[in-house]
Amino acid sequence: MGITEIRERQFNEIDKKVLEQIDLLIKNSKMPIMRDLKTNNPLWVDVRELTQRFMIPIGRIYKFFDQLSKGKIIGTKCPKCGSIYFPPQDDCTKCRVSGLDVIELSGEGELLTYTVITVKPVSFMHYQDYIVGIARLKEGINILAWVNEKLEDIQVGMKVKVNVVRREPEGYFTYELRKV
Amino acid sequence: MTDVAIVGTGHSKFGNRTDVNLQELTWEAVKQALEESNLDQKDIDTFVVGNAGGWSSESLSAIVIGEYCNLAPKGTMRVEAACATGSAALRIAYQAIKAGEAKIAMVIGVEQMHQSPNPVAVEMMGRAGNYFWEFENFGLTFPGYYALYATRRMAKFGMKEEDLGQIAIKNHYYGSFNPYAMFQKQIKMDEYIKSRVVAYPLKIYDACPITDGAAALILASEEVAKKITDSPVWIVSQGFKSGTANLSKRDDFISIDVARLAAEEAYKKAKVDFDEAWKYFDVAEAHDCFTIAEIMAYEDLGFAKRGEGHLLAREEQTYVGGRIPVNVDGGLKAKGHPIGATGVSMAVSITRQLLHRAAKGTQADIKKGMGIAHNVGGTGHYAYVTIFSLKKPSA
Repeated sequence: MGITEIRERQFNEIDKKVLEQIDLLIKNSKMPIMRDLKTNNPLWVDVRELTQRFMIPIGRIYKFFDQLSKGKIIGTKCPKCGSIYFPPQDDCTKCRVSGLDVIELSGEGELLTYTVITVKPVSFMHYQDYIVGIARLKEGINILAWVNEKLEDIQVGMKVKVNVVRREPEGYFTYELRKV
Repeated sequence: MTDVAIVGTGHSKFGNRTDVNLQELTWEAVKQALEESNLDQKDIDTFVVGNAGGWSSESLSAIVIGEYCNLAPKGTMRVEAACATGSAALRIAYQAIKAGEAKIAMVIGVEQMHQSPNPVAVEMMGRAGNYFWEFENFGLTFPGYYALYATRRMAKFGMKEEDLGQIAIKNHYYGSFNPYAMFQKQIKMDEYIKSRVVAYPLKIYDACPITDGAAALILASEEVAKKITDSPVWIVSQGFKSGTANLSKRDDFISIDVARLAAEEAYKKAKVDFDEAWKYFDVAEAHDCFTIAEIMAYEDLGFAKRGEGHLLAREEQTYVGGRIPVNVDGGLKAKGHPIGATGVSMAVSITRQLLHRAAKGTQADIKKGMGIAHNVGGTGHYAYVTIFSLKKPSA
């Protein structure tokens, strides 16, 4: 299933219902005005929809995505002061060096904490409830990702490994934490 | 440099305010502050609007509010520091007076979150962590961010769900006496335990609600304040710090480091000893967007030792009559958390507490004449700690 199909299935139905409701309001009261269910207060229903989809520049860290597509997780390392960055960045803003070295991360670490998201944001509604965790890797950096394990098998302090996976149903590369 | 006093306060009813629009809601607080201080709009040299924005239709809120409240053409701006927006607005007005740029300045905090449907509000808040690395792929929600702290602390310090429940029960208890609070219903432990999980281990009763509300303050220089009121409340100091956007860049998930740093800064200027901080204050407002946040606040403010915040809650030491009363106006949990209004609302509560004007059933004993407000933005993105006193700081 691609983004198009998911978007259509998830959102078009909701959008359509809202638009139909606005049409009905205008037909009945000649204005897009509805009554609040609890208080009966009149509310103007905005007829100008705003949908935002951001274009986020990733050129400076493109190598991260390039490696991710090959199954590898990288961080960056400053050749001058040795600082390791994850999420990766191409500027060491401590010693003002740019064009940092790429290092492959061990992906091995320990789970510091986790949660299960049961009340999900609209744009995540098409997933099952998911577990988000933060692990500290051997390199001393932290990584936040979904933990792909059963809840009863998860404990703070357990050994974990970062895996590169395809995010389904969309099918794009991302990473997750698994129990070792 | 002049000392700065609060000479007027205003507070709207917090809740689901579908009866007014953003500017009408703001006017409720502005009008009250003007009447309380017996001032007119023409007396206000500048007004600062704390409004995180995004939920309401008007994107240039300071201007819309200035127009409606008859404050134009005085200079203004909209200030944003996530959930600490109100305290940031206070800071700008405070500095304007300190610098001699204004004699009287108004601080306005407002948010009308119910202009957006609930699922959109959940989405918007989730996006306010680090967008790309934490939201885009992993869909954290705001309760989710704080749940990561709660899980860690349960594993590390033996904190229990019931300890979190104590915070919810206390804040709902005091909220029931506050006529401005969104929730005015007390809750019991079994209701808390049974409430729906939103992000394990946090439940619906661990979370503050989505709220509409406004609050206002009028600040004046020392010279002017004396002419306006016999009972000024002075701003002693304010500490403010910033943290990381990425939650994963925090060291350990047991405290809000920026809040501790902000407290240390405020305490240094006010000559408060961090380890015995609770002894200096009669009452405190702590940023309880989630129950776990209030527990960490106890430690970050030096009211409890690290790892023992939940014990303070367990022993009910933060009720009136305890070690230090915290959030006796109901807190964000029961009063509500209209993002931009919250920091201003905290200052209003502390001012009214110090002047013995708190709602019946919520008044703390005022012996030392000092109060403190702890206002965190985001998941520890921003922190503002402000100290208020009946005594002039430079006296």
